[in-house]
Amino acid sequence: MTEPPAVPVMQARGLVKRYGHVTALDGADFDLMPGEVLAVIGDNGAGKTSLIKALTGAVQPDEGEILLGGEPIRFRDPLDARRRGIETVYQDLAVAASLDIASNMFLGREIRRPGPLGTIFRMLDHKRMREESARHMAELKIGLRSLTQPVESLSGGQRQGVAVARAVAWAQHVVVMDEPTAALGVKESGQVLDMIRRVRDRGLPVILISHNMPHVFEIADRIHVQRLGRRVAQLKPGDHEMAEVVAIMTGALRVDASDETVVADQGAARAIGLS
Amino acid sequence: MVALLVACVFFSLNNEQFLSGGNFSLIIQQVMVVGTLAIGQTLIILTAGIDLSNGAIMAFGGIVMAKLAADGVVPPLVAIALGLLVCAGFGAVNGLLVTAIPLPPFIVTLGMLNVVFALTHIFSGDQTVVNLPAPLTALGGTFAIGDTMVTYGSLLTILLFLIFAYLLSQTAWGRHVYALGNSPEVARLTGIRTGRLTVGVYTVAGLVYGIAALLLVSRTGVGDPQAGQTDNLDSITAVVLGGTSLFGGRGLVVGTLLGALIVGVFRNGLQLMGVPSIYQTLITGVLVILAVTVDQLSRRRIS
Ligand SMILES: Nc1ncnc2c1ncn2[C@@H]1O[C@H](COP(=O)(O)OP(=O)(O)O)[C@@H](O)[C@H]1O
Ligand SMILES: [Mg+2]
Repeated sequence: MTEPPAVPVMQARGLVKRYGHVTALDGADFDLMPGEVLAVIGDNGAGKTSLIKALTGAVQPDEGEILLGGEPIRFRDPLDARRRGIETVYQDLAVAASLDIASNMFLGREIRRPGPLGTIFRMLDHKRMREESARHMAELKIGLRSLTQPVESLSGGQRQGVAVARAVAWAQHVVVMDEPTAALGVKESGQVLDMIRRVRDRGLPVILISHNMPHVFEIADRIHVQRLGRRVAQLKPGDHEMAEVVAIMTGALRVDASDETVVADQGAARAIGLS
Repeated sequence: MVALLVACVFFSLNNEQFLSGGNFSLIIQQVMVVGTLAIGQTLIILTAGIDLSNGAIMAFGGIVMAKLAADGVVPPLVAIALGLLVCAGFGAVNGLLVTAIPLPPFIVTLGMLNVVFALTHIFSGDQTVVNLPAPLTALGGTFAIGDTMVTYGSLLTILLFLIFAYLLSQTAWGRHVYALGNSPEVARLTGIRTGRLTVGVYTVAGLVYGIAALLLVSRTGVGDPQAGQTDNLDSITAVVLGGTSLFGGRGLVVGTLLGALIVGVFRNGLQLMGVPSIYQTLITGVLVILAVTVDQLSRRRIS
């Protein structure tokens, strides 16, 4: 008996995104399988952020198509993607600085008071939003003294924690995180990785963009290597050495597209101590 | 807040008339128009914009109301409604230019200032409109609290401040205005329809300028094409003195009320001390620079 092949949660074919003369995405493909943590790695400028922005409605690709559960889809804007259960922590653009934690957690999906206060006077239920925020933060083991302080008064790690907690709390389908640990210390990074594990334990797939190879090898089920605006390889961390993956990322090694074997770009590979 | 208290104590020590209920009522009447304009200005500044055209829009709204009503073209209440609508319309055009093209708010509203100023003079034929029917001046009527006479207009101004304090702090719309001012891109990525929100803010501000126009007409009893020429800057002064950051995303409409009162109290107190008007202007200018300095320094401390 063979299992039926799983339908990818999300796919993209031939995505192109140009910014003036810069081609950020140059025919990128993408596949996310159910329940997996997929790491997207690549050099600076490889088009990782552009890829996930295109996948989450933050930018419109110039060419190519996106499929959700096998069906073609077009997200008009980020709200569109959020409504489909796709939650994203964007790189460097996570929270509204002067608003408090609860307001940030519920930004764009605020809860109103029951009864006419809510329906007619549109009054927010601050208390309930604070309680639910506290619950979510506690679930993810993010310790915070007060939910009423503006997030600009938090440390970088706590702020990122708020952004991650928001994505995790709302996601129905997919969680996307663009370099969530880039600005964090060791302990805080560990907390974010724990959160990602908890999301996976809930059965949700996670797209994790990261520069940090040890993190990627620690947590990813699969690795998507992005280079010069394209996917150049899909790998399993167990099948490859870290140095090998880095070499593919930098172009020192190539992956043969037909049979997915790794081919050395001799000189370059030797230069970094492989082969 | 501290500045307001210090000023009040100082002026009351200098002049016993200052603390009388009648004098406070007068201060509120004096700041009512600029204070109302400053509500709209606060909304726009919270989105990290600025509005140079609010005084001009108000003057045009006032002329529309006064002229249509005085000429008997339409019933007075319809004239008022049309005036409000015209003001909201100019606000909407500002908002659309800021979002759709997009252009910097400073430039858009600078252009609008000139356009509307000219329209006011063309439409009024440079004539002050007199003999206004009763509904246009109704807000100038008074009622007694104790032995102090208060105008309905002052009451309406206070009410507007309360309404917008509520909207900004207790509704999703208010949260979104702050988020937009913090970072338009963060707001957009969070799923807020930022374009629609911006146009909405400028339109609501325009409507508030229309109410200011009605307050102005009711207070002066005429439609004056020369009205409001420095009110744009005065409203910015009130907003800034009230602690709202010109960088957007931080501030309170209650602060703006205090800011407007600070300007009113200073002018009134200095007047009672017999300081010439030109020195009052000078002192207000110094106050603004002080307020912006404090804003800058506190921002630097945060980041
Ligand atoms: N908004 C933009 N305007 C112009 N160029 C951009 C923009 N966003 C990204 N780029 C360019 O597109 C390329 C890919 O960027 P990005 O997707 O951010 O890569 P990564 O996240 O892998 O570092 C870079 O050359 C970058 O300069
Ligand atoms: Mg990036």
